[in-house]
Amino acid sequence: MKVVIDADLCQGQGRCFSIAPNVFGFDDLGNGVVLGDGTLTSETLKLAQLAMANCPEHAITIEDAE
Amino acid sequence: MGKEPVVDFATDWDHTDPQWVNDPYPIWDDLRERCPVAHTERYGGGWFPTTHEMVSEIANDTEHFTSRQVVIVHNKNPELMPPAPIGGAPPITSDPPFHAIARRLILPAFAPGPVRALEGQVRALCAKHLDALAGATSFDAGARFARYISPGVISRMLGFPEEDEDQFRDFVHLVLDLIDLPTEERIPLFAPMTDYFDQQIADHVAHPRDDFTSYLLNVEINGQKLTPEHVRGTMVLTLVAGIDTTWSAIGSAIWHLAQHPEDLARLVNEPDLMPIAVEEFLRFYAPVTMARLVKEDMTFHGHDLRANDWILLGFPAANRDPSVFEHADRFIIDRAVNRHAAFGLGIHRCAGSNLARMELRVAIEEFIARFPRFTLDEREPVTWAPGQVRGPRAIPLRVR
Repeated sequence: MKVVIDADLCQGQGRCFSIAPNVFGFDDLGNGVVLGDGTLTSETLKLAQLAMANCPEHAITIEDAE
Repeated sequence: MGKEPVVDFATDWDHTDPQWVNDPYPIWDDLRERCPVAHTERYGGGWFPTTHEMVSEIANDTEHFTSRQVVIVHNKNPELMPPAPIGGAPPITSDPPFHAIARRLILPAFAPGPVRALEGQVRALCAKHLDALAGATSFDAGARFARYISPGVISRMLGFPEEDEDQFRDFVHLVLDLIDLPTEERIPLFAPMTDYFDQQIADHVAHPRDDFTSYLLNVEINGQKLTPEHVRGTMVLTLVAGIDTTWSAIGSAIWHLAQHPEDLARLVNEPDLMPIAVEEFLRFYAPVTMARLVKEDMTFHGHDLRANDWILLGFPAANRDPSVFEHADRFIIDRAVNRHAAFGLGIHRCAGSNLARMELRVAIEEFIARFPRFTLDEREPVTWAPGQVRGPRAIPLRVR
């Protein structure tokens, strides 16, 4: 599983990196960025899903990596 | 000023009507069921959408709706408003494509890193005002605490003398509250504010320092410094948007806790709950509504919108939409899924949201650490600020 932020949708609401600081960080404008390549482990998946459910701009998706 | 009281908010809404100011939520719930877009002929004509979906749609549609005037005023005179796409207080009054340029300039100052660095300062500011309340058994938490936090933070950020903060509240009142005056009476009132900012700018030009004002004076777009109007407009925005808003949010949180001892006890006993609780305070008591103007005549969900009609973007109403939030009308302090729109949606998301959130969290933490048990003092009335930024001003408390 892999998490992705759509940079065109992200407005820097800041929810993702406060909910899941091990999965998301921020750039110098305060927009959310995925840390590393976004691959989720069984531990990080739950928090990434919670961040996704809290993003007001619907900018986060979790993809099945094949 | 005698304004006709509103009888039906569906056809004649007014966000300064005492009924709306005192308790808008039943009105919005009713409109959402019945309309869901309410209309008024007041203020020269305007619309108030009440569903999350419509609020989001308009906030994200900069093609049909302009931000050049985001505060509703009685005498709407497009000729006298600074023109799009820059507007009078960039970037909040700016439209694309200029908006992105103006916004990029200010976002780094409000990013999580710089905001984190201010946390100690905010905590010290809270402690100073709480120290003054030591031993008090009843006091007004609005007048003695909530109203001091954001002006203290913003004046330091802009590099203004802290002792001027009473003036700052006057400026905010001028921009946000005196909306019923005729334009010709309103415009001269802005002169002292403009003069104040120009003096501060001159002082910063003569004595540059490490603050947001000096940053704005020195920053460049494509090798060009900002125009004086842009610098001043962004400073006014920082002051006006940074004070009333967070003051209202802090006040609402204290007002809520005064009436919900179970929530107060949980926050006192479970400090880790605070970040989640802060989001629910923001959802449930979102203080800010913002205006747009319709660019050209158009149809919106069956309504005929005319050019220059107002749109009042009710983010607080969107936050109570039961189609988006489970038990939308209930404050749930540990609500895990909370996609609220308190800071707006789309390109105009509040640039200061990280700062506001930190101020709100720290102010509540410090307040409840000093006063772990308090209730409303029923002998005195709670009063609310009217208009587009709504929050309690007098919050009479009894310490238990």
